[in-house]
Amino acid sequence: MTDQSMLERPTLGTAIQRFLSRRASWVPFFAALLILVLMFAGAQAYFGNFLTPRVISSLLLDNAYLLILAVGMTFVILTGGIDLSVGAVMAFTGMLGASMLRDGVPAPVVVPVMLVLGASMGLGVGVLVQYFDVQPFIASLAAMFAARGLAFMVSLASIRVDDAGILWLQSTRIQAAPGSWFITPTGIIAILVVVAGALVLAYTRFGRTIYAIGGNEQSARLMGLPVVRTKLLAYVVSGLCAGLAGVVFTAYTGASYPLNGIGTELDTIAAVVIGGTLLTGGSGFVLGSMIGVFVYGTIKTAISFLGAEQSWTRITIGGLLLLFVVVQRLIVARSRRR
Amino acid sequence: MMNVLRHRLFWPIAALLVLVIVNTVARPSFIAVTVQGGQLYGPLIDILRNSAPLMLVALGMTIVIATRGIDLSVGAIMAVSGAVALTIIEGSPDPDGMGTVLIAIVTGVLVAFVLGLWNGFLVSVIGIQPIIATLVLMLAGRGIALLITGGFITTINSDPYRFIAQGYVFGLPFALYVSLAAVAIVALIERRTALGMLTEAVGINPEASRLAGVRSRGIIWAAYAVSGLLAGLAGILYSSNIMAADANAAGLYIELDAILAVVLGGTSLMGGKFSLAGTVVGVFTIQTLKSTITFLGVPPAVSPLFLAIVVVIVVLVQSPRLRGWVARSTRWRVRPAASRDTEGSEVAPS
Amino acid sequence: MLADTEVAPVVEMRGITIEFPGVKALVGVDFTLRPGEIHTLMGENGAGKSTLIKALTGVYAIDAGTITVGGRQREFRTTADAQAAGISTVYQEINLCTNLTVGENVMLGHEVRTAGRIDWRATHRDAARHLAGLGLEIDTHSLLATHSIAVQQLVAISRAMVTESRVLVLDEPTSSLDRGEVEQLFAVMRDLRARGVAILFVTHFLDQVYEISDRLTVLRNGALVGEYPAAELPRAELISLMIGRELDELSALSRTAVREIDRDAEPVFHAAELGRHGMLAPADLEVFDGEVVGIAGLLGSGRTELVRLVYGAVRPDSGRVRIRGKAARITSPRHAIDHRIAFSSEDRRAEGIIGDLTVAENIVLGIQAKRGWLRKVRRAEALAVFADYAAALGVRPSDPNRLVRDLSGGNQQKVLLARWLATAPQLIILDEPTRGIDIGAKADIQRKVAELAGQGLAVVFISSELEEVLRISQRVVVMRDRRKIGELVSHDIDVADLVDYIARHEIAETVA
Repeated sequence: MTDQSMLERPTLGTAIQRFLSRRASWVPFFAALLILVLMFAGAQAYFGNFLTPRVISSLLLDNAYLLILAVGMTFVILTGGIDLSVGAVMAFTGMLGASMLRDGVPAPVVVPVMLVLGASMGLGVGVLVQYFDVQPFIASLAAMFAARGLAFMVSLASIRVDDAGILWLQSTRIQAAPGSWFITPTGIIAILVVVAGALVLAYTRFGRTIYAIGGNEQSARLMGLPVVRTKLLAYVVSGLCAGLAGVVFTAYTGASYPLNGIGTELDTIAAVVIGGTLLTGGSGFVLGSMIGVFVYGTIKTAISFLGAEQSWTRITIGGLLLLFVVVQRLIVARSRRR
Repeated sequence: MMNVLRHRLFWPIAALLVLVIVNTVARPSFIAVTVQGGQLYGPLIDILRNSAPLMLVALGMTIVIATRGIDLSVGAIMAVSGAVALTIIEGSPDPDGMGTVLIAIVTGVLVAFVLGLWNGFLVSVIGIQPIIATLVLMLAGRGIALLITGGFITTINSDPYRFIAQGYVFGLPFALYVSLAAVAIVALIERRTALGMLTEAVGINPEASRLAGVRSRGIIWAAYAVSGLLAGLAGILYSSNIMAADANAAGLYIELDAILAVVLGGTSLMGGKFSLAGTVVGVFTIQTLKSTITFLGVPPAVSPLFLAIVVVIVVLVQSPRLRGWVARSTRWRVRPAASRDTEGSEVAPS
Repeated sequence: MLADTEVAPVVEMRGITIEFPGVKALVGVDFTLRPGEIHTLMGENGAGKSTLIKALTGVYAIDAGTITVGGRQREFRTTADAQAAGISTVYQEINLCTNLTVGENVMLGHEVRTAGRIDWRATHRDAARHLAGLGLEIDTHSLLATHSIAVQQLVAISRAMVTESRVLVLDEPTSSLDRGEVEQLFAVMRDLRARGVAILFVTHFLDQVYEISDRLTVLRNGALVGEYPAAELPRAELISLMIGRELDELSALSRTAVREIDRDAEPVFHAAELGRHGMLAPADLEVFDGEVVGIAGLLGSGRTELVRLVYGAVRPDSGRVRIRGKAARITSPRHAIDHRIAFSSEDRRAEGIIGDLTVAENIVLGIQAKRGWLRKVRRAEALAVFADYAAALGVRPSDPNRLVRDLSGGNQQKVLLARWLATAPQLIILDEPTRGIDIGAKADIQRKVAELAGQGLAVVFISSELEEVLRISQRVVVMRDRRKIGELVSHDIDVADLVDYIARHEIAETVA
């Protein structure tokens, strides 16, 4: 019994160490939160009128679709995969939904169709990855191509949506608190997705298996966990979220356009990574991804406050992504050296 | 006959030929080449000309993929180099001057080269996965291009610049010479020096290469730098073709076309052996496919769907499991355990 | 504590045969495991130990034979099947997820749930109970990554307790533990044995074998040598059983090694206190011009670790190196190559050949790497190198354009030897160059090594076959349990002496 760690009984002196050893995976999350707070503080100091209920409420409203996509992407990235198809799938389901609505199909039919469509595109990616050993990057790339092509096949032009039910999702402003705090049904949906995602990952065997696979797929298999089913399902979740994002985005813009969501997959991945999820899988939280989306939204809002080019958004996001990836890399390198 | 069948370029070339034949049967004018004023015109000539940017990008992508990497940023780099070159010409008092155009091209390509070096630095020195390292620039690159053009689509009027993509020399499009020259130069550098062989060694077996003393860091770095440089050149060609720097549309999805061309040409995404000739065939195949899709009356916007189908077919053909199924039905049964191979080597007698 | 032979066995494997393409990895092997015993599986590289374990744990499908567990014949198609039958395995590279908490790793897949929702409080309580059952009281909420390998091993074993396994397979669990940690693991193993669990144990440490085992099963070249009660099998005999004797044409090769080495000269290579924590205790090594230094020791004794540190394939954390009397710093293969040191790894396929390149390309790779990419080794030059080295070594087929992965193991080895000889080294390190290759190739390589040493090359030669080591070397460095235990002069001793030395030599046990 010479090794300290063998005994490792918690004492007062090791309290901080113990907190860190328990909560190490939350460190990137807090880092993201810190960045968000700093951004808020900086923007408030600079503009003076940034932290208003209206701006903060809009943050959720404007990025509800991205938040939903980020939740799905978190599932996939946690397994160590990646899903490039989400933006295109969102556009495709949005287009198909809009055209069905235009043809008089009622919304209660259209929305489930959009969700199932998204989920089945995700399933397709999962099958390629899991059964045919296609790299997730390539498999989801094919799905992205396919979805984009299909979106244009539905219509080359934008389709307006007049369905009252769908538009209601966006136009209803529910006062959330005294003052001009408001929330839309799309915002509520996004928050519900975040909560559901967080609960599934934290409190179900499916969720824990996702972490196990991302940590060490070989180990997960040798532990007898249902690796195949779980990975497949992770892509289905991502596809389902893309379908839901299609609904929300259609409501947001009041129309569907086949070019919607170009580059959104990159924004989504960036938000997830900035939110503290390791691209190698196995570590990260849906709540972190939410923070990542808010960081993205804040940058966008701040840049429009500045009246600067929107192109700065992508540049800033690219820079932040780089910063986070390099830091992650250093952390991994350090833990290997131990 | 068997040797022909087994040649690694057999299937890529066969696929290209089938496409050409199908097109010719559907519209005999496809292979018609007409001469007007000493210059050749026709669908085939268009394919050769229009494939030039993709050719350049795919060449670089081939080298990067050979090192087990990938370069997603090529489209964004194209946008940047086009934006740089056109902004210089636009701001010059003499847009038609040869000197102006040369300076613009060299600067645009140099900037692209630096961006390639940056990618290589992230991958080979910092050790970030290639997908992510190049994703950074893919995200930021177009933003940078937009900044350079001030958020507008810069259009110019410069005859020497126009000549790059639209001019003719000895009856053939100048762009074709550019792309052929790039193929020749890259092939010379890779095959007349040891770079190609060392790149393959690093891609096939990084650890064995390290133990053999190969400086893999420099080789990987060089691959991304070359890819950036070629993408820069492609950006010049693209912007010369439309005489505008469109930061959003320039090179959009070209990284995917390039990856597809490389894979079609028989270079595995797992790295290692690469075939520049195969990539050339792959590029022509994709360009022909796109022209076919257009001919079929399908809007160009829908063409990604067909590319997706091609991608799925190609990856399925490469998939070990599918090969396993085929193998099982023809001879031996296949086992579930993937780790068998390594075990086998441990006990393998000669 | 030997379990009664009369007790019904919990595992019976009969006539197990497993073939890989072109190779029989196991041929008709029998293995019996009884409740409440610790049964150690012994054998050198390629003996079939890990193949047998993988057959039992459902990783490999068997081609012939039967596996009976708990009286019922089973067919394992996946690891989950084996686990369902009550067989749990702890692999050397621990199969847990270091990104999760200790408690989760114990309970993954068996979490306590109420209404489909994981009850973390109850789950961690259960985990703590299972850990405490093994005498491990740690915070179940802490990340597994923050714990030592030893603790991780025990966590993996607790996991087996959750599923109430009757059979526990421990595949080299002690290879990276220190003495105190091994003691703790052994205490747990004895406790489990007392509870009736059958333990299948694999280790390369002879001391541990005798300390903990009730019974031994020895494999060699994929075949069963025999099953023995540990108490009745002397160490020397065990080693002989594992190594075997190849009575073949090699014995006819006279000892080429009896040659005087000028030891007053400056050694080509001299290392003092070369080591790395957790890998190799600091060791000295000296090699002179024209000398072949053999390294003898069983698999896992530290022989490979020593030469990897010499070559800089792994960065040493202690030691001083002198090359021909001049201080040198070797922390990467490039440094070693710059000092004209060559190294051929024991893992030919993963660390030696570049499978998809041709024979000629593989041979010139060493020269090419030295020259840099700009000065390509021209075709004619490559063919000349091929003719000089490969043809001289007898590479078959004698075709420089053949892909090297299509060659047999022996010929691949010759290609690697040619690659290094072409770089004109002053010291060449050969780690198991003769493993798994046919007799003819083996004789070719031995002859070539002797010839090169005769011409003044310094050689370090590792082989599992002690006879080979003695025959080819002038001096033998003996390794055991990750440390150098001594040096012997080859022509003074025979294999029996060497075996005896490995088995009995008492090392100065440092206080753990």
